[in-house]
Amino acid sequence: MNKLKDTDIQSAIGWVLRTGVFLSIGIVLFGGIVYLYRHGNEIADYHTFKGVPDFVRTGANILHGILTFRGRAVIQGGIVLLIATPIIRVLFSAVGFILEKDYLYTSITILVLLIIFISMLSGHAG
Amino acid sequence: MSVIELTIIILIGSYFAGLLGSLTGLGGGFIIIPLLTLLLHVDIHYAIGASLISVIATSSGSAAAYVKEGITNMRLGMFLEIATTAGAMTGAMLAIYTSTHYIAILFGLILISSALMSLRKKTGQITKHKSYLAEKLKLNSSYPTADGEVEYGVNNVAGGFFMMLFAGVISGLLGIGSGALKVLAMDSIMRIPFKVSTTTSNFMIGVTAAASAVVYLQRGYIDPGLSMPVVIGVLLGAMSGSKILVNSTSSKWIRVVFSVVVSVLAIQMIYNGIMGKI
Repeated sequence: MNKLKDTDIQSAIGWVLRTGVFLSIGIVLFGGIVYLYRHGNEIADYHTFKGVPDFVRTGANILHGILTFRGRAVIQGGIVLLIATPIIRVLFSAVGFILEKDYLYTSITILVLLIIFISMLSGHAG
Repeated sequence: MSVIELTIIILIGSYFAGLLGSLTGLGGGFIIIPLLTLLLHVDIHYAIGASLISVIATSSGSAAAYVKEGITNMRLGMFLEIATTAGAMTGAMLAIYTSTHYIAILFGLILISSALMSLRKKTGQITKHKSYLAEKLKLNSSYPTADGEVEYGVNNVAGGFFMMLFAGVISGLLGIGSGALKVLAMDSIMRIPFKVSTTTSNFMIGVTAAASAVVYLQRGYIDPGLSMPVVIGVLLGAMSGSKILVNSTSSKWIRVVFSVVVSVLAIQMIYNGIMGKI
């Protein structure tokens, strides 16, 4: 096993994770300030589960919400980026394993991505 | 309660949850969910969604630091992520059919057992024995210590894999990182050195949580107004926690205090679950 190449992948993965977390938290914070400025004095109600409003639920709606500058849509955009961060990390690992010509681990990594993808589809149906 | 008041309370509570979670290694979700449901009467679905997001943030943030040190066993993590992501997907599916009373009771039971596990003695075990499967999967590795690189072997790969499947289901169902279960699988079953177990477990938690978060996002569990103070608070708390950890080595009393707090919360969760209040 070539430790040197492993170290290269490791630093790339570290960078992906750090950047993803800081970027998404920054976006969440910004959206949060906008949301609190506009809705801070309203009454919060999370006592019964109704599900989140439609404008922060699907990808297209969140994007529309961000373009029309709605605070909660911006927060949700940051959260989606945060959820994507470890998934992007897995993608980077796949590239690393391909470069190392480690086909066993390339397949394992692709299998993990596939499971996450199926999970995403199952949520869509549910 | 107004939105701004609730946000400030959650922000402060989440900061301490993140701080304690990082000091004990149990993660912030363990306190966030009781804080939101028992104290602030937030519906448990929203609490699970917000907790899951904070789990991704803290795991990814600290994994970035550990990966750089070269302790994390990335191949082992990648291989076991097959089990944890498949488990997490199953857990998120089960969550639709499971009544919230049972979720609260199960949460309490997992909470108590994790707290007890965190009190166990950590031994610096190193196994030279290399099982056939571990050899085939290239799981045996080495990690840097004060005395230079130390090689270690990985045992009982199948047993560890099944334990990870269970850890994934619990993570997806309850919205926690289930780091204690992951460490148990690697530390006790696969006989991996403790430092490698904890960092590799932490590395896997983000992907595991993401696999169920993609389901919860679409089902409307992840509320931006609620998740915002939780994720910011927990992340800041975890960052302070890791600074304290570097400066002090005796964290025994913190673990004891934490176990007592956690047990009280766990009993409350179980009681409320049985009485049908959650």
